[in-house]
Amino acid sequence: MSGVPIGIVRFPGTNCDQDVFDAVAAIDGALPVWLWHKETALGGVRGIVLAGGFAYGDYLRAGAIARFSPIMERVIAFARSGGPVLGICNGFQILTEAGLLPGALMRNAGLSFVCREQWLRVDSTDTPFTRHFRPRQLVRFPVAHGEGNYVADDETLDLLEGEGRVVFRYVDEAGEATPLANPNGSARNIAGIADERGNVVGLMPHPDRAMSLLVGSEDGREVFRGLLEAAA
Amino acid sequence: MTVALRDTPVTPDVVAAHGIRTDEYDRIVELLGREPNFTELGVFSLMWSEHCGYKYSRALLSEFPSTGPQVVQGPGENAGAVDVGHGFAVVFKMESHNHPSAVEPYQGAATGVGGILRDVFTMGARPIAMLDSLRFGALDDPHVRYLFRHVVRGVGDYGNCVGVPTVGGEIVFDDAYAGNPLVNAMCLGLIRHEDLMRASAAGPGNAVYVLGASTGRDGIHGASKLASTELSADTVESRPTVQIGDPFTEKLLLEATLELIESGAAVGVQDMGAAGLTSSSSEMAARAGTGIEIDVALVPRREPGMTPYEVLLSESQERMLVVARPDQEPALMAIAEKWDLPCTRIGIVTDDDLWRVLEDGEEVCRIPVAALVDEVPRYVREVQEPSYLAEVHGSMPDPDEITRIDPLAALEGLLSAPTIASKRWVWEQYDHHVQTNTILGPGPAGAALLSIKGTPGALGVSTDGNGRYVYCDPRRGGALAVAEAARNLATVGARPLGVTDCLNFGNPEKDAVYFQFAEAVRGIAEACRAFDAPVVSGNVSFYNESPKGAIYPTPTIGMVGLLEDVEARPRGGGSPGDSLILIGRDGAHLGAGSLLAEVLGIVAGRAPAVDLDAERRHAEIVRELVRGGVAVSAQDVSDGGLAVTAAETCFGLPAACGIEIELPEAEGGPHGAMFGEDGARYLLVVPAERRDLARQRLDSGAVPWREAGRVTSDGRIRFRDVGERPREELERRWRNAISDRMETMEDER
Repeated sequence: MSGVPIGIVRFPGTNCDQDVFDAVAAIDGALPVWLWHKETALGGVRGIVLAGGFAYGDYLRAGAIARFSPIMERVIAFARSGGPVLGICNGFQILTEAGLLPGALMRNAGLSFVCREQWLRVDSTDTPFTRHFRPRQLVRFPVAHGEGNYVADDETLDLLEGEGRVVFRYVDEAGEATPLANPNGSARNIAGIADERGNVVGLMPHPDRAMSLLVGSEDGREVFRGLLEAAA
Repeated sequence: MTVALRDTPVTPDVVAAHGIRTDEYDRIVELLGREPNFTELGVFSLMWSEHCGYKYSRALLSEFPSTGPQVVQGPGENAGAVDVGHGFAVVFKMESHNHPSAVEPYQGAATGVGGILRDVFTMGARPIAMLDSLRFGALDDPHVRYLFRHVVRGVGDYGNCVGVPTVGGEIVFDDAYAGNPLVNAMCLGLIRHEDLMRASAAGPGNAVYVLGASTGRDGIHGASKLASTELSADTVESRPTVQIGDPFTEKLLLEATLELIESGAAVGVQDMGAAGLTSSSSEMAARAGTGIEIDVALVPRREPGMTPYEVLLSESQERMLVVARPDQEPALMAIAEKWDLPCTRIGIVTDDDLWRVLEDGEEVCRIPVAALVDEVPRYVREVQEPSYLAEVHGSMPDPDEITRIDPLAALEGLLSAPTIASKRWVWEQYDHHVQTNTILGPGPAGAALLSIKGTPGALGVSTDGNGRYVYCDPRRGGALAVAEAARNLATVGARPLGVTDCLNFGNPEKDAVYFQFAEAVRGIAEACRAFDAPVVSGNVSFYNESPKGAIYPTPTIGMVGLLEDVEARPRGGGSPGDSLILIGRDGAHLGAGSLLAEVLGIVAGRAPAVDLDAERRHAEIVRELVRGGVAVSAQDVSDGGLAVTAAETCFGLPAACGIEIELPEAEGGPHGAMFGEDGARYLLVVPAERRDLARQRLDSGAVPWREAGRVTSDGRIRFRDVGERPREELERRWRNAISDRMETMEDER
């Protein structure tokens, strides 16, 4: 096996690790590599994905314990040095808990877990993960979470919007960010955001579950293609 | 049950309190050659309970077909397995958690999911899907809403956390289940043949370990007291017998178990489920023909002061019993440490055929393994047909009463009946995508379709069962549950491979219940033979009775089938001008059906007649039309007849589409054709350009069929010469019936 090594972090309770592994493996030139939470080195990976699930059971608060694991210290340093880091679902929660992304993810507004097909609008193509999309392109990734309600103070939200760091928004089929199209009550229908430099992106929906028309969408491929190029 | 001390004297009252009959007690004395002590009595009460020992059902269950070239593992292990080609097998089983869910719906349902997951990964298979078959009372009852809400949440939270998608199932609401809901969970796992692990304690001298959670006082007597007696007014006091689930530990246990099996670090693995340490250890020894010796003082506890009795009978969750050779111990311990799970050596495999329990080296129990596992009493009872059946069969309403029903109003009523209405409110709370195998999930299709990674094929899975049919006609009802599952598989192009079942009945010591059970089992056995679908695993749940009476006898069938080439799956869609083809004859049978139950509020008549030959031939031709792309979708005609099937077919079409259905001339009105629930029938959507192809194929197939209508562009659901409604109006009723109730009405605990 050869290719650009992309690390996939496994915490106890991560459950989308294999889906992300398969997604990375599906991109020509990318080599998925496991990163166990107890490890203290990244082993030369060039990009990192924090996969979905319930790291440490999500006890206390989603992502709250995971950020203190040995591997996270290395992930944080990697992100700060400009390395591409993608956090999906629980991975997004961990990135906010670790302070790599602003805001927090609270219990869904409807209080129930929600799993459905979801339309998203790509509101920033200025990240490695979205550069292959057209501005405002509509894509379909499934959502599946109980704590995906993105909150931040108005100042932060204004800043994110002003700097073009809102990457994905929940929208309806026509591309409108309506309340009905919002599955969890997120502020301003925000589904995913980037850090200042754009190399760290977190989103609640699952591009890793949108890799084949067999399961309904292959829009996620572009996200992983972008990750590979940034890592190469 | 008060705290049990090990020196409690065994008096007739104590024996009776353990649910052991006098003749059974005499047999125990004979097997031991002495009186049992208190701890041994508790052990017998578990192992000889219906839940563990199948004493009322075992003899009848032998009527099920259980062999076939595709069977990799038949009944007797933690789960069954069938071959799906390319070196893979699918391991699957269904199990009930009814009484725990009645008492504590969230934990009851959650631990039901946990238990069935363990049954599958204990075999070395990675769980890839769950289905849930649920029965509740009427949704207008606030306590039923409480049970329903929390069962759904319990199922969802557990499966979602472990990362196994819930891809299907069914839910029925009927007063018959008001006091005793049914929660049946089915799990499927995928494995390479060579990795299949059996739960056997082989090799005298090998060590026995507990892997996973520590042992507490939860769930003591869950199997014997809660699962093997009727619910009563004070069963809520039984909350301590309901176990508490921890899906996070389960996920670790899953990964650790699969890793230790894959790396060859164990000889045998067994889930500690119902009856905990007692049944897991004795069954492992029985399978291997060995003995086993355990010291309960070595079992890690979460509470101080537990007696041997309590440690042996605890049903604490997320525990595994592992048997390993001395040379495997380092690898086993390393895997446990990797996953932060305690793994403790608690005993040894022996060659004396005895199940021995020590506490700090002092003997507490000494029972021949065979006495616990093989000597369970078997009861075969001769019973007469209960008199209620003749009454039910003779009480069909007057034809005039049916003729007076407005058919379109009836259709509205049926579509908004929670049993028939959309279950979106439920399945959106379940992660049905994780693991990225879900081609068809809950919702549109009758069966789920899952890709089998590493092969070109896909699995079709469905759970089915109609308790009202079985109540009205036990034998037909049993067969119809299997037939419906097979029909649902046919609609996604899949051929049946095997069956698991959950047989939910009342108290088998009552003649009527035993009759229902025996007849339903015969019906299931006949239908499984007809479809070449052997029963490879299953579960019996008796004593589903509350002060309100027994539930409808409700066998749930979980059927697994194969679509060899995923490219041949139904693509869905449809557009104006497409044909709607009805396979099978027009309906006429209203007995025991949804029109009577949901619109008139009566349960009367016989269940639809069963023609297994027609079922098999019609399923074959539907499969062929779906696989060949001649039909873009297919629905079987079941609850609510052609009218409901047509409406649901319409809801699956693009937004602006409507449908028009033509009905045959019939004396006394269109009710039979619209709402009849006769078997072996399907409604297919065939694109206009493939109509001739369909016609050619159907004409050569000696199968009754007709072009029953077409897809229109006017957004209306029309029954020619009867009436019509806007699709949007019917769809709204169907879509919102459950969510409106759950979002606007209060619950009551």
